[in-house]
Amino acid sequence: MKPFDLSQLSRAHEVRFSSDEPADEKLPWPQFTVADLNFFYGSHQALRGIDLIVPNKRVMAFIGPSGCGKTTLLRTFNRMNETIPGTRVEGSIRLGDKDLFSFPATRLRRVVGMVFQKPSPFPKSIFDNVAYGLRLDPSIRRNEIADKVEQSLRRAALWDEVKDKLHQSANGISGGQQQRLCIARALAVEPEVLLLDEPCSALDPISTAKIEDLLFEIKNLCTIVIVTHNMLQAARVADYVGFFLNGELVELNRAKQIFQNPEMQQTQDYITGRFG
Amino acid sequence: MANTVLATPEVPFESRGLDKKQTWWERLRKGDEVVHLITLAGGWSILVITGLLVQHLWVYSRLSRHAFGWHFLVDSTWDPVNGVFGAWPFVYGTVVTSLLALAISIPIGLGAAIFLAELAPRKLSNALTFLIELLAAVPSVIYGLIGIFLLIPVLFNVVPYFQKYFGWLPIFNGTFYGVSYFSASIVLSIMVVPFIISISREVLISVPVSQREAMMALGATKWDVTWRAVVPYARQGIMGSIFLSLARALGETMAVTMVIGNVAQVSTSLMAPGYTIAAVIANEFTEATGDLYLHALIELGLVLFVVTMIFNALARLLMLTMKGHEVVG
Repeated sequence: MKPFDLSQLSRAHEVRFSSDEPADEKLPWPQFTVADLNFFYGSHQALRGIDLIVPNKRVMAFIGPSGCGKTTLLRTFNRMNETIPGTRVEGSIRLGDKDLFSFPATRLRRVVGMVFQKPSPFPKSIFDNVAYGLRLDPSIRRNEIADKVEQSLRRAALWDEVKDKLHQSANGISGGQQQRLCIARALAVEPEVLLLDEPCSALDPISTAKIEDLLFEIKNLCTIVIVTHNMLQAARVADYVGFFLNGELVELNRAKQIFQNPEMQQTQDYITGRFG
Repeated sequence: MANTVLATPEVPFESRGLDKKQTWWERLRKGDEVVHLITLAGGWSILVITGLLVQHLWVYSRLSRHAFGWHFLVDSTWDPVNGVFGAWPFVYGTVVTSLLALAISIPIGLGAAIFLAELAPRKLSNALTFLIELLAAVPSVIYGLIGIFLLIPVLFNVVPYFQKYFGWLPIFNGTFYGVSYFSASIVLSIMVVPFIISISREVLISVPVSQREAMMALGATKWDVTWRAVVPYARQGIMGSIFLSLARALGETMAVTMVIGNVAQVSTSLMAPGYTIAAVIANEFTEATGDLYLHALIELGLVLFVVTMIFNALARLLMLTMKGHEVVG
């Protein structure tokens, strides 16, 4: 897979540069290539002609008001929407250079991990929570599991806080720690992509800051796509930001451009708080 | 800000009656006190009824208790003619049939509950659940009749094969007369399986979507999601359904007495006839001549109460140890 130019990020959206940035920046290969994607819940169309590239090892954020389709798109990347009856996808998504829908869904979800809005630890010990995904794979040997659990907890910046209580209940730690535990659980199976669906919306500012810090660390390990309602968060963590409205991708650009000098009037209105 | 004058309320608080103390009667009419009283009475009535029950059983079993003491529990003789009474065959029969019934009904009930909650289309699931709950309402005498006229003839054809291949096991020894611990256990298991299915299905359905999705996002198959995320999360509720079934099996009278054979003996073979506490009380209560006989039967009731208590306590203990990492609330 070849590196590509920033201008190819989306066919429909021109990526612009401010004067102090190199205009010919090359991106690593595309992680996801979405082309003309439509999504339906029954007769309701949730996504309309989405067209974008998610670059590998970068952080892309989706923003937009509730019901704009950003979460739907996120859940299409690991095909979680398939579990909802009556849904339908049109168009194509490529993972690397392969059709996303050609993989078995269960195997795809080990490559494309996901963290949800509400911390959802299993009612087990902290250790077992992280080991859950590892134990699903019979090729991972039992004696490797403890090492991998520690590695994942370190990556999720949780190890120092929980190393003395690994065998206590995961329900006993704070909400912020639970969410980092869920990130560790997702990282344990070494995914290529991590999808985060409003991971901080139920957390206090300090826990949020910790999660944002760890996103900076793990973006060297995997591609991150994050849906957020918090525009400051998008500005802090994302390299690229897509603004969605009514199921359409209104604008896709570098984070700096979107927040400082958006091209579309709707984006301007949304980020300045005139609606949404 | 120092110059700001706080507005005084136009109507003084006193005139709105805020400072007036409510009388007991007024609070009663507002509802809070009524609800409190009614629920309190409900709570106490359970304690009072249980207390009276135990007191009654204790007082009216005194002749038997004084005559046999602790020996009553371990003695296997039940001889009303000579006035010698021992509870062991009945305790044994009650415990064996109930546990065997659970051993049969737990896998069936749990399997059916998982199918109805996780795999079946919701419409089919609702229809089947309605039928299953209907089963729970069938009178036990009907199950007894089914046991006699349907189950036992079938067992007469099946049991010889068991005995042919597993006859070396003591539990399949001896002559099979149709009525037996085994027949009673099967009838009991059919009777309790609707409880397990209905309650377990309910708790499985109420497992949050977030748990299922979290599991799916790790690349789990549908079965992994069910078995490793949904069932463990619903474990407490499932255990609850099993305890309820156990309590019902221990106390079941009519259906058991129709198929167990009503022979006061202790036998390691499940194919042999036996007796249970509830069955002997029902059968012999009307013909209990003499106070000692009557008191012995009432003491059996006391023993059944204690056995049920012990099983419930053990079950709670089991749940506490199994709970392990779970946090309540």
